[in-house]
Amino acid sequence: MGTTDSSIVDSARARPGLLLVAFLGGLLLVDLAAKLFGFSILPFGEAISVDRLGSNLWNGLVIGLVIGLAGIGLSMTYSILSFANFSHGDLLSTGAFTGWGVAFLVAGFGDVPIRTLLTVRDAGSATVGDIGAHILSTPVAILIGLLAAFAITALVALALDRAFYKPMRDRDGISILIASIGAALIVRYVLQFVYGSDRRGVTASIDASNLVFAPLGLSVDAHKVTIVVAALALMLVMHFMLQRTKLGTAMRAMADNKDLALITGIPTERVVTATWIIGGGLAGASGYLYVLLRGAIQFDFGWLLLLLIFAAVILGGIGSVYGAIAGGLVIGIVFTTSPIWIPSDFNQAAAFAVMITMLLLRPEGLFGGVSTA
Amino acid sequence: MSDGSAPASETAAPESATAALIDAARRSDLGIVLGTLLLVYLAATLLTFSSGLNSVVGLMRTLTFLGLVYALAALALNLQWGYAGLFNIGVAGFMALGVYTMGIVVRSPDPAFGPPGFGLPLPVGIVAGMLVAAVVGLLAALPALRLKADYLAIVTLGISEIIRLTLQSSTFDEFLRDTLGVGTGGGRGMGLPQNPTRELFLVDGQAGTPTALGEVVFGVFGESGLGIANTILLDWGYIAVLAAFVLGFYVLLERLGRSPFGRTLKAIREDQLVADSLGKDVDLIKIKVFVIGCALMGLAGILWFGSQGNVSPTPQFMPVLTFYVFIAVIIGGSGSNTGAVLGGIVFASVLFEGPRRVGSSLRDLIDAETPPSFADAVLTLDPTAFLAFATENIAPLQFVFLGLILVFIMHRRPDGILGDRVETAAAVDLSERPSGGETDE
Repeated sequence: MGTTDSSIVDSARARPGLLLVAFLGGLLLVDLAAKLFGFSILPFGEAISVDRLGSNLWNGLVIGLVIGLAGIGLSMTYSILSFANFSHGDLLSTGAFTGWGVAFLVAGFGDVPIRTLLTVRDAGSATVGDIGAHILSTPVAILIGLLAAFAITALVALALDRAFYKPMRDRDGISILIASIGAALIVRYVLQFVYGSDRRGVTASIDASNLVFAPLGLSVDAHKVTIVVAALALMLVMHFMLQRTKLGTAMRAMADNKDLALITGIPTERVVTATWIIGGGLAGASGYLYVLLRGAIQFDFGWLLLLLIFAAVILGGIGSVYGAIAGGLVIGIVFTTSPIWIPSDFNQAAAFAVMITMLLLRPEGLFGGVSTA
Repeated sequence: MSDGSAPASETAAPESATAALIDAARRSDLGIVLGTLLLVYLAATLLTFSSGLNSVVGLMRTLTFLGLVYALAALALNLQWGYAGLFNIGVAGFMALGVYTMGIVVRSPDPAFGPPGFGLPLPVGIVAGMLVAAVVGLLAALPALRLKADYLAIVTLGISEIIRLTLQSSTFDEFLRDTLGVGTGGGRGMGLPQNPTRELFLVDGQAGTPTALGEVVFGVFGESGLGIANTILLDWGYIAVLAAFVLGFYVLLERLGRSPFGRTLKAIREDQLVADSLGKDVDLIKIKVFVIGCALMGLAGILWFGSQGNVSPTPQFMPVLTFYVFIAVIIGGSGSNTGAVLGGIVFASVLFEGPRRVGSSLRDLIDAETPPSFADAVLTLDPTAFLAFATENIAPLQFVFLGLILVFIMHRRPDGILGDRVETAAAVDLSERPSGGETDE
């Protein structure tokens, strides 16, 4: 017994920061429990109801899944190509605009001019009500849009790789990072040029937009359910691809040790192509889903999300796909529950602060992902 | 690039104009900067001469101001990135800290509108701004020591966003008002103290009451003389101050770079392990250089945004500002101070301000209605209409162009115009990445 005690004390001494974070986390949990009973232990925030906490957690889960889905691609390109891809956020925007263009085309074909539909209401004067895109009224359109977002963004990501990153394959990570900032500018402002710079609504509002699960006493927004189902399905497919297929094995091998992968005869360039198709496609799909969540679209929303996605990926351990998903969930929940304690203007800052703390205390992340740089 | 080869290539007639230019640049740094400035002025004159002297001088003023402020920021960044290889992409945040602290310290405790301040003299405000930027830089340097270059990049970007969101927050504004009796103004921003160079020309800075110097300047160049608007002349007065600061930054960094400290910095940039083995305290040196760089960024922020009369966190201090400064450093070649100044000028005029001016001039030449949207422009199937749309919406295209330039530089000239280094430096050696993989099939 004595040895166990002393080893705990030793490890606590070795990592005082971790202990402090664990203590603070515990304090917040105790305070949260107290707040549910209507009084506060910590001097910040007010009592909240169970319902409100529940809806905060549910929203956090939904945002977290979208961010986690986006993080998979970022994490993959990081581990396999060894650079932090700053154009990843704009792949989200690409997927959102192209995907919603296709979804609108299916939903509003015949009623509204095609130019209005394909440009997501940039041209023409149709309202969201005229097009009427909603998962309950036009489920096929929403699903086809999701597939289109995946496919088109995968192609765009692949094209960016061929044009910008492939000639730099053997360069250091920082040079490629800078080139990716250039690529990000190009993608973002081509989107602005083509689709315009206005923020605009996308989904129609319909009368009964909630799904009611009467026996459970729950009533939830159909779009959020769609997002959870779609994100989980894509993550599951991703999991089976990584674990069961030859391509997945090759990817994991390359992320682990590129030299070893090369000499075992893994066609690395083919793996890189697959990485861009899958990573880019998932980015596009998550951008599409994010717009479904927010109900509105703007040309630079992906760029503004990028730092949150980075936070998720770093939190989970950069290079680890499962870490990205877990990190996304943590970031999403921090994002939606931090207003319990701090003013809501700081919820994004709280997410960044969690990321920075993680980097200081445990740079390898929750899942200790593959170290690359 | 040895000194011996330069005369040889001169006698054998330089192979290209750029080679000759680079040769000349190596001989006279001031020459190349002034030469570039002259070229920029020539282009500005060509673009606006038809609208009279006033607009020519006005455009020159805008370009020079932007060029100099970008040069200031680029010089500060060059110290961190070019010399020490610290990949800091939080420049916007540190500039915001500088100018906001200056504003809070100098603003009157009981202003007519906007948030109250401490009401201290301007020099105190400037020093305080640099100090706050330096202290936050010190806190940020903590991760700088432990993290790899790309993690540092993301952390500094996160810090800069936290700073911006904090300044944006009305809760933080109220908190400051309750505790210190001062405020940031939140998302509405704050008005800034009057630019002291105005008082050189105007009594108490009031328009219509020129000082003796003002009389002379306005008399010769102003409405009664050459016909240049007084505001433009006042701006030129401030530009002279900026130029002095650029020179000051430059001399400071050059001296620093040639000192033993500077050589250690470059050693760290090229190979941290070697510097460490030679007994240099790498961590301490990195902290120092990061803090000095952040203080200079704070000062650059004060000189830049402090002269604008008003400051607000969004969109002025969005991360894209950091990337502009980075592009300026990259164009000039990280590691070269002259390159940073040159990069600032080239970025501001050719990449930042130039395309909008050229675009609007072209738009005036096209005699066609602008289509309301991209789709409409394409569907007209009329190249003129499309060109009208493109020149009307030159702003996004300009950023596309900027991105292309950035990628092109990274592909073809990673050392920039005047880079004096062999490779891009990072806090750690990034070239360990196994090469290969492109020849697998």
